[in-house]
Amino acid sequence: MTSAIVEKVTDDETEMSQEHFIKPYTMNFGPQHPAAHGVLRLVLEMDGEVVERADPHIGLLHRGTEKLIEYKTYMQALPYFDRLDYVSPMNQEHAFALSVEKLLGLNVPERAQYIRVLFCELTRILNHVLNITTFALDVGAITPALWAFEEREKGMEFYDRVCGARLHANYIRPGGVSMDVPAGLLKDMQAWTESFPKVLADLDALLTNNRIFKQRTVDIGVVSKEQALDWGFTGPCLRASGVAWDLRKSQPYDVYAKMDFDIPVGKTGDCYARYLVRMEEMRQSLRIMQQCIREMPEGDIKTNDYKVTPPPRAEMKNSMEALIHHFKLFTEGYHVPAGETYTAVEAPKGEFGVYLVSDGTNRPYRCHIRAPGFAHLQALDMMSKGHMLADVVANIGSLDIVFGEIDR
Amino acid sequence: MAEEIQAAAAVEETPKDPMVIYAEEIQARLADGIISFDTKGNELVFHVKRQSLLGVMAYLRDADETQFKQLIDVCGVDHPNRAERFEVVYQLLSMRHNIRARVKITTDEETPVPSLSTLFSSAPWCERETWDMYGIMFDGLADHRRILTDYGFDGHPLRKDFPLSGNVEVRYDAEQKRVVYGPVSLPQDFRVFDNLSPWEALTDIQLPGDEKAGENPNMPKIGWHPTNKVSE
Repeated sequence: MTSAIVEKVTDDETEMSQEHFIKPYTMNFGPQHPAAHGVLRLVLEMDGEVVERADPHIGLLHRGTEKLIEYKTYMQALPYFDRLDYVSPMNQEHAFALSVEKLLGLNVPERAQYIRVLFCELTRILNHVLNITTFALDVGAITPALWAFEEREKGMEFYDRVCGARLHANYIRPGGVSMDVPAGLLKDMQAWTESFPKVLADLDALLTNNRIFKQRTVDIGVVSKEQALDWGFTGPCLRASGVAWDLRKSQPYDVYAKMDFDIPVGKTGDCYARYLVRMEEMRQSLRIMQQCIREMPEGDIKTNDYKVTPPPRAEMKNSMEALIHHFKLFTEGYHVPAGETYTAVEAPKGEFGVYLVSDGTNRPYRCHIRAPGFAHLQALDMMSKGHMLADVVANIGSLDIVFGEIDR
Repeated sequence: MAEEIQAAAAVEETPKDPMVIYAEEIQARLADGIISFDTKGNELVFHVKRQSLLGVMAYLRDADETQFKQLIDVCGVDHPNRAERFEVVYQLLSMRHNIRARVKITTDEETPVPSLSTLFSSAPWCERETWDMYGIMFDGLADHRRILTDYGFDGHPLRKDFPLSGNVEVRYDAEQKRVVYGPVSLPQDFRVFDNLSPWEALTDIQLPGDEKAGENPNMPKIGWHPTNKVSE
């Protein structure tokens, strides 16, 4: 990092001439900095060690997802959503699937809804594990990352077993999910949800009352209720500021309305509150996962409207119609009636929304992605003003920034 | 005459969608700002005059019955065939009433749109992105830099007339020992897999000879349908 530029200022009128002044200077933070959580370039205007203005330069991971989606069929557009926030892929697929289903007027079988909710909550835990541990790493604690990443890998294995990929799942499709859960997976997931609280207790023991962790996070980056609303905060960052708002409760989708869980709300709105909210959210997610496993009904895992979802392989062997449907689906895709919708889900980072405009053809006319991190990062300037340089790192860590979704 | 009155009474008797009533109330208050509203798909959309955007937004944010305290998102939509080709779409959320609303205005390449940066702190980046992607100008936006594209980028990539492959590409030049920009060179022609069948996209066109289709709901479905599966 740049060292402070200290120079003598000669001033004829006062006796101050021999004092040392620190000239305000500009510092470049990132884009290749481990605490920048990806490719964040932050231009900091500093007065000594105090931040006067933080100007994030984003877009270094811009891949033109929205443009690409306009040139793909609805089915081909889905995998792009895994690559936005690459630590919570399924929640984003869920948002896109829900928006397409809304335009198509499609009903999803109940079993598929349960599987979706189950895996969305697993994803939430995996996301929060990654965030909390790397956040702790940023402020000086390496052990949480070493311990919890092993557990995260076990969660990834469930991903692997259900869809064949650890990260880019492409599992939740408009109309349901791509395939049923393999035999034995639910039993193993149940066992995992029973053992995971121990890991949470370990994290708790390592961090929650840790003197250094609290010194680095308590009263850092305080966001009031009004500020949080004004700056478009959603998700754990909003709840940490004391606003009881969760889309899973207030605008429930799929089977969230049937689930019994609580919404943790923070009191102080600082980095520590955001950490606490995420810790409690993981426990609530475990509750939801266990309910899903317990109550999951038998039945179809995708709608049997073969205009939208492919027919079973076996049926294609002796049904001409099924074969035609399969061929049409994977070449032309399906047509979505003209219309538009804004559909949002409670992704681990906040409200992830898809504004989808269809013109009645097989490709989206416009697909705008509302990423929660985009609004959060915008507020970094407000949060960091007047704080020390090291607190900027704590702020970035507590906001849960992932550049895949911010840059799109 | 009597029949007309009867018909009118019948219309009045059918209960109105509460969202329509809600939208009508707001429209009545802001008659000179809101051109029309739409509740299709149970989503509230206001079409607003460009010049009265600030007033409408301030009302929607502060009035007791709206309380849209959060500007969730701003984005553009490009319709090159329209007289004013761009739509600017604002997504609003009212946590007090648990309702979402969408505000739409139209503009073209030259006409600036009033910036909401004085009303919502979340507006500037969204507006910068809309400027970056579509070239829509925002009047009153203090920081009018590009946000997502490269430093010194030329053009507005989400416009429908911007090529998908872009115009420039970067490579490392060993002689100059730095990354240089050059025109896009594709080793093979850019392929567009347009599998769109010409008739299925015509969702709102009456085909000759097809007038009676859909009239009778009891008509047997011809062709593939999940209910007439091949027995397994």
